[in-house]
Amino acid sequence: MNDKVFEVLKILSENSKVTPQEISQMTGFPEEEVEEIIRKEEENGVILKYKTLINWEKAGEELVFAVIDVNVTLSREKGYDDIAKRIAKFPEVHAIRLVSGEYDFQVVVKGKNLKEVAFFVAEKISTIPEVRDTVTHFILRTYKEEGVLLFSDEEDRRLAIVP
Amino acid sequence: MRRTGGLQLSPDRINKKVQEIKPSGIRRFFDLIIGRKDILSLGVGEPDFPVPWKVREEIIYSLEKGVTSYTSNHGLEELRQAISEYYRKFGVECFQKDVLITTGVSEGFDIAVRAIINPGDAVLVPDPSYVMYKPLVTLAGGEAISIPTNPDFRLNYERISEYRDLRPKVLILNYPANPTGVSYARRELEEIADAVIENDMLVVSDEIYCELSYNNKHVSIASLNGLGDRTIILNGFSKAFAMTGLRVGYNIAPPDLLDAMLKIHQYCMLCAPISAQIGAIEALKNEEDELEDMRAEYLRRRNYFTKRLNEILEVNIPDGAFYAFPSIQSTGLSSEEFTERLLLEKNVAVVPGNAFGECGEGYIRCAYAVSMEKLKEAADKIEDFVRSL
Repeated sequence: MNDKVFEVLKILSENSKVTPQEISQMTGFPEEEVEEIIRKEEENGVILKYKTLINWEKAGEELVFAVIDVNVTLSREKGYDDIAKRIAKFPEVHAIRLVSGEYDFQVVVKGKNLKEVAFFVAEKISTIPEVRDTVTHFILRTYKEEGVLLFSDEEDRRLAIVP
Repeated sequence: MRRTGGLQLSPDRINKKVQEIKPSGIRRFFDLIIGRKDILSLGVGEPDFPVPWKVREEIIYSLEKGVTSYTSNHGLEELRQAISEYYRKFGVECFQKDVLITTGVSEGFDIAVRAIINPGDAVLVPDPSYVMYKPLVTLAGGEAISIPTNPDFRLNYERISEYRDLRPKVLILNYPANPTGVSYARRELEEIADAVIENDMLVVSDEIYCELSYNNKHVSIASLNGLGDRTIILNGFSKAFAMTGLRVGYNIAPPDLLDAMLKIHQYCMLCAPISAQIGAIEALKNEEDELEDMRAEYLRRRNYFTKRLNEILEVNIPDGAFYAFPSIQSTGLSSEEFTERLLLEKNVAVVPGNAFGECGEGYIRCAYAVSMEKLKEAADKIEDFVRSL
């Protein structure tokens, strides 16, 4: 992938609302070229989706997130990918990653309340034959998400005019 | 004994050299702005990034451990060593012994000119240039001579050689430059170096914006043939590592000049604050990546802002630093009129070009060290303002 594509992706990854015209102004690439890069990368599945990062807690929406450590038993027929795909397809599953360490998968589950998440894990995850055991950690507060701080304790103290 | 009551105080209470110095041209704007929260300021000559967290965290840790003493006059050995290694990337072969830690380029410049200037020595200062050079040359007893550089704001062999008859002793160089954003490629520096050697001058080279160089990799003039023995490099952590308020910088110079500066430094400053020095070590050790991200972000802002400005005013594309220096001559307003009206009518603060010397008249300095959102808003407002004239 060339530098131009990377630069466009980098800018979009910080702010998906930025327009091709603005990207062109920031980079000096012609606007049509920027549009072409975006179109191509959307097509290639490099650009997956344009989403908005929302502080749900601040918005007053009572969502419950939990991180589930999942241990699995592998077999000739079923490897990590097969099990992961099966878990990933549940709409309640927000993210799933294969990780190193004491357990195999880290699954992030989203639900309306504690009960919903707990029952989902009990009924849908734990009952998968390859799943050996699970440990559920409910998320109590998020401080940083996707590289963005969810709190602000610093203000711009610079003087308005500095030579 | 103190006398009071209606007595005319003699101006001779104040040192004559200090009397000669004009107050900074931007002080008036401070008064207009002070206390106002609604100002969108492009007048700030410092990064909008805070001090990197790793640096702050290291300083906090050192404070917890009670590391609060003086350091040697030279500064911490580990920091001087790290700087000497770091500066090799700009082509300069230097060692720990060649580095003196200062409380920033402001002090670094002061001790440099005091160490080399005799009363009446001619010192060439580009015009426009950063506000401190001429006053500090005057205080050091020198004769500050302006080299007009408009409209391209570049020094070259001819412009320097014109002053041959004055037998100038020192050339003040600053690149990438505040307020113009001008920087030099190697071949331009070689031309400047020729003029320096022909006139047997010294160079005081303020390279504080060296990491914010967009077109070419920064080359220190001290790395050129014959210039190492003639150059005092001034640099610091304020711009590249966003450590403005920590006040830490350094001078790199040949041994005799370094010793001379050290004499002044040890009496007037003793040493740079140890906490800032600790932070500076961490910055050099672990901040290269963040520095690259910062540079890339400034470059995007430069491109965006100059593109927008060029639709309404004339502006050279800056080679470095975070300043655009557009001409406002097409508006028929003076720098100060433009600045004042822009502030009153649109709440946007910029700095009038004449604050940086006579040749800055007809220009304004806009610092793009603000977020892209603010930059966009400022560009819109400047455009509205210019079109309304």
